[in-house]
Amino acid sequence: MTESMTTQDPRGGVEIRTGFAQPSPPPDPDAEPVFRARNLGVKYGNKPAVHKVTADFSRNQITALIGPSGCGKSTLIRCFNRMNDLIPGATILGEVLYHGENLYGPDVDAVEVRRRVGMVFQKPNPFPKSIYDNIAFGLKVNGIKDNVDHRVETALKGAVLWDEVKTDLKKSALALSGGQQQRLCIARALAVEPDVILMDEPASALDPVATAGIEELMQSLKEEYTILIVTHNMQQAARCSDMTAFLTVEVNEQTGDRTGILVEYAPTATIFTVPKDPRTEAYITGRFG
Amino acid sequence: MNLEATSSAAPPLGHKIASSRLWRDRIFRSILLLSIAVALLTLFTLLIDTFLEGRPRLNGALLENMPSARPARAGLQSAIFGSLWLVGITSLVSLPLGVGTAIFLEEYAPKNSRYIRLIELNIQNLAGVPSVVFGILGLAFIARGPLSWGFTVRTGAMVLTILVLPLVIIASREAIRAVPPSIRDGSLALGATQWQTIWRQVLPAAVPGIATGSILSASRALGESAPLLLLGALSFVTFNPTSLDSSYTVLPLLIFKYASDAKAEFHVVAAAAIIVLLVVLLAMNATAILVRNRFQKRL
Repeated sequence: MTESMTTQDPRGGVEIRTGFAQPSPPPDPDAEPVFRARNLGVKYGNKPAVHKVTADFSRNQITALIGPSGCGKSTLIRCFNRMNDLIPGATILGEVLYHGENLYGPDVDAVEVRRRVGMVFQKPNPFPKSIYDNIAFGLKVNGIKDNVDHRVETALKGAVLWDEVKTDLKKSALALSGGQQQRLCIARALAVEPDVILMDEPASALDPVATAGIEELMQSLKEEYTILIVTHNMQQAARCSDMTAFLTVEVNEQTGDRTGILVEYAPTATIFTVPKDPRTEAYITGRFG
Repeated sequence: MNLEATSSAAPPLGHKIASSRLWRDRIFRSILLLSIAVALLTLFTLLIDTFLEGRPRLNGALLENMPSARPARAGLQSAIFGSLWLVGITSLVSLPLGVGTAIFLEEYAPKNSRYIRLIELNIQNLAGVPSVVFGILGLAFIARGPLSWGFTVRTGAMVLTILVLPLVIIASREAIRAVPPSIRDGSLALGATQWQTIWRQVLPAAVPGIATGSILSASRALGESAPLLLLGALSFVTFNPTSLDSSYTVLPLLIFKYASDAKAEFHVVAAAAIIVLLVVLLAMNATAILVRNRFQKRL
């Protein structure tokens, strides 16, 4: 058991004791959310993959998306940087507002969206280039030519990788360990100075030590960035997130389609201690999923 | 649990398996070894025989002299230059066209389109068409007919380009497809455009495969004789090509000419020319392998 903390539930004001390593400050209800999803859904062809998600995601917070396999967590998170645009047959329903602007508006450039909303993938995917070039690539494609060396260094420091690689910047990124590769991918995302970082199960391919490194890193990153993380690991969500969204799968009896729905979205401490929905409770207590 | 009890309860390993199954294994291994031995022995016999026959003429004069009616002075120079011109132009044209087509089909074309599938099917089929058919096509439409380019370097290179283009496309597509999608995702997620992703990530990662495929296609063009037979390359040319409109001959057809000559002395020249052609082909294939290995190491 980790150290116990006392947290205020922002809704009920009930004092609850939790076992979370990181206390979750209650989200400021007046703060302008970074993303507002309104009836956000995704369809692949005619098959609905995610159905009508409505939620606000606040600045400088870590929001975890949890739920069983196939509940559309990854599909949902890819709506926020328009990566779903690249999948043939995928349609976005409803609305996502990014700082009040429709993310899927006719004038919005998906390429610019992806520069502002960075993404870290499930499996570390460094480019088959040097460590330096991995970071400099994002700068180059976005036309940033000044202070490249300094920016590379800052990004690597931001991802707590600098001290390990500062003497081997010209070496291949593929020679790094899995945890280092994933931190390189985070550094690569930081270099283009995004506003939000989406993480799609960033630690699922890593060993426990490397996972702890990534989680620690997330805590320091949330000072400057807004983080959305998909995780399969409930302990991870409990350890590092401020807000948690629980999604589950609904199976259509007639068509057999499996659709992800948002069941409950609340401060992490609430979700893990006093969930409102019985499905959430069943999932977090391990009776299902 | 008692370990000894477990081990004594298990049936003894060995004897029964050894007899029939082991023998069958050995027999199959021998058969496979025999088939590779037959292939290699045939190849080496042919090579050694050719080498021994051609050795008296394997010298500088063979490369420097022009084809001649007198066997003692007959050389290969115009054919070597003719082959270089044809292969060079073919590569220059087929590489950008082939890689461009491959990029379009792999990265831009809608995956489910019926037209695209029709195009893909046709490329596969074209790669399997006998080369003499391309020669007839070239004769009817390029040497004569609408283009009427005559029996020139330009015509030969054009037909060889059509011939190797499907091979370049297929090799390039495979190389591009082998680049993991995660690389593309990573690049796009950083705000790179599709073209930046292709130009800076996909193509560099696909270079080894594209280079290997292109060099192998070039060596195919170098060894090709059937289509050029119909396109005037069997002529007796004693000068090197100087432009796209020059007459030309190529090594494989000069070999054919010498080998089918009534004078036995010419057969020695043919054998020597075969060795020259093989050395060039092997060198090209070796380059392809070197290029591949070198780039793979750098990644």
